[in-house]
Amino acid sequence: MSITLPAFQIEEADQNKGLVLHIRGTWSAAFGIPPLDAVRTVMADFKGPRVLFVESAALGSWGSPLAAFLFEVERLSEKFGFTLNNEGIPPSLQRLLNLARAVPQRELVDEVPLARSLVYKLGTFSISIAADIMSFLTFVGEVALSLGRFIRGARPFRARDFWLVLQECGAEALPIVTLISFLVGLTMAFVGSIQLSAFGASIYVANLVGLVMVREMGATMAGIILCGRTGAAFASQIGSMKVSEEIDALRTLGISPIDYIVLPRLLALFLMMPLLCLYADFIGILGGLSVSMWMLDLSLVQYVLQTQKAITLAGFSTGIIKSTVFGALVALTGCLRGMQCGSNAAAIGASATSAVVTGITSIVVADAIFAVIFHVLDI
Amino acid sequence: MEPLHQPAIVSARNLTLGYGSAEVLRNVSFDIYPGEIFVVMGGSGCGKSTLLKHLIGLMKPLSGSIYYSGRDFFTAQPEERQSLQRKFGVLYQGGALWSSLNLLENVSLPMEEFTNLSAREIKSLARYKLALVGLSGFDDFYPSELSGGMRKRAALARAMALDPDILFFDEPSAGLDPVTSRRLDDLILELREGLGSTIVLVTHELESIFAIGTRAIFLDGTSKSLIATGAPRELLANSADLRVTQFLRRKA
Ligand SMILES: Nc1ncnc2c1ncn2[C@@H]1O[C@H](COP(=O)(O)OP(=O)(O)O)[C@@H](O)[C@H]1O
Ligand SMILES: [Mg+2]
Repeated sequence: MSITLPAFQIEEADQNKGLVLHIRGTWSAAFGIPPLDAVRTVMADFKGPRVLFVESAALGSWGSPLAAFLFEVERLSEKFGFTLNNEGIPPSLQRLLNLARAVPQRELVDEVPLARSLVYKLGTFSISIAADIMSFLTFVGEVALSLGRFIRGARPFRARDFWLVLQECGAEALPIVTLISFLVGLTMAFVGSIQLSAFGASIYVANLVGLVMVREMGATMAGIILCGRTGAAFASQIGSMKVSEEIDALRTLGISPIDYIVLPRLLALFLMMPLLCLYADFIGILGGLSVSMWMLDLSLVQYVLQTQKAITLAGFSTGIIKSTVFGALVALTGCLRGMQCGSNAAAIGASATSAVVTGITSIVVADAIFAVIFHVLDI
Repeated sequence: MEPLHQPAIVSARNLTLGYGSAEVLRNVSFDIYPGEIFVVMGGSGCGKSTLLKHLIGLMKPLSGSIYYSGRDFFTAQPEERQSLQRKFGVLYQGGALWSSLNLLENVSLPMEEFTNLSAREIKSLARYKLALVGLSGFDDFYPSELSGGMRKRAALARAMALDPDILFFDEPSAGLDPVTSRRLDDLILELREGLGSTIVLVTHELESIFAIGTRAIFLDGTSKSLIATGAPRELLANSADLRVTQFLRRKA
């Protein structure tokens, strides 16, 4: 038989017996599947007996496309109350159709995307924000309880996780913290020196760099770096544990996932952040020093003395206090987003992203709050 | 069945398989003929999954060659290799459905990638394939919302998406209850009847081996070799090798 395109024709059967569907041509994936609209219109208009004969006298070779086509025809005939008579088609095709029909169908609905009004969207958005805040607060509450248990020694502590996270967010983060803080100090000194040397006050570059690093940039930069590095890692680790039901396994054993997973991470970051912040301060000041020595001809001793004068212990401790809080925020948001992770691979990626976004947002917000507090306290 | 008169669809010659330098199987040769349900059996850890990974071209053998309809897979050009691979359907041990796609999208993806069909045609075919495995109407379910048996069947629908000549199954009944796994066996049989594909089945379920296997090979982990070939019932009746008969008698 020569190869012809897949085709069908639906018409009234002889002797007013019902409808007959003639199938002809080659039905392979290369030729596609003809649309069913003709069948639907004929069925809808037909007034005679509700029987549909399928005939395949002129059928060439066939594959799944024909079966898929007839499967749809079958559903259409159900809809219009036709009984299907399959005796005219090849037995193997009949078998496939029987197989497809074997299990009762769940209702197939072709989903119509609903048009939502702006008010609706705004409403769901606000509700979702409220729910988000609630779940964050609940989470913080649970962590606080867990912390209480830890301090009272009521729960064994996962020391191994703790040391691992400590290494991961401490020593292993040093290279990137070094690079960024050095560049921040350097840039600040460079930009500042251009302005200050106009007034012959280039020595005050040391004040500028020292103060800003110690009070603001050290803590903020360390926080943001750790948020991208460690917070995202927490979220995806915990997220994939969630997906593979590891969290559920902990819960069923009566182990609180907060005690087991969140607490070691929280404590590790809480301890590590001030140290990283200190380190970032120091490297940033080094960055400023290098610009001053090369471009402004300040001596090492001058710069160091000037920096010493600029930085007070109070100013210094504000940065350290902030960094501790940032560390806790990064750990909390990372773990929270991990715990909220949905149940598939895409959700893990989404939770890592939202951990970083939430982490950075909360760092910036906390920083602003600290600025107000320190201003009021006059530190 | 007298398959020996037809040319083999898969021929393995002197395969030595392993990970890095650690050999898992040595010097394995066998043929698979069109229309067979070819069973690969053996105890846990004897290298069944490893053999399968080589048969579907995911791993290259340490030595030896695999021929598909006479063409050497591992010396073929990349394009030819891909076109050969497109004739395989694989049901992975864990299902391996894409978790971020719903069932309809899972089954549609291979067709979207490798055919020129329109969205309507793909949807129609995908729904039919889902109906074949008894999942009609579960189009918009995500894999995580399904039971283990449903996931296996959905994975089967995806494996059949491109109407493969050869379907590979890795322990399809692992983790399923006896009734569900029996239904899966029936489904495999009926699909072979209807579609005429060749089926390569990795399993250690005696029930499945005797119920649907037409020919089998037996792999042994200790000697790292293929120790028996033949129809399961004949192996049970005639094999002189104690390891084979003990394995097949475990229940009888
Ligand atoms: N990715 C891998 N790397 C190294 N060795 C592996 C790997 N996968 C499996 N093996 C080893 O190969 C052997 C066979 O494994 P496998 O083929 O999975 O057995 P099974 O017959 O149970 O499917 C086992 O000894 C296993 O430890
Ligand atoms: Mg295996």
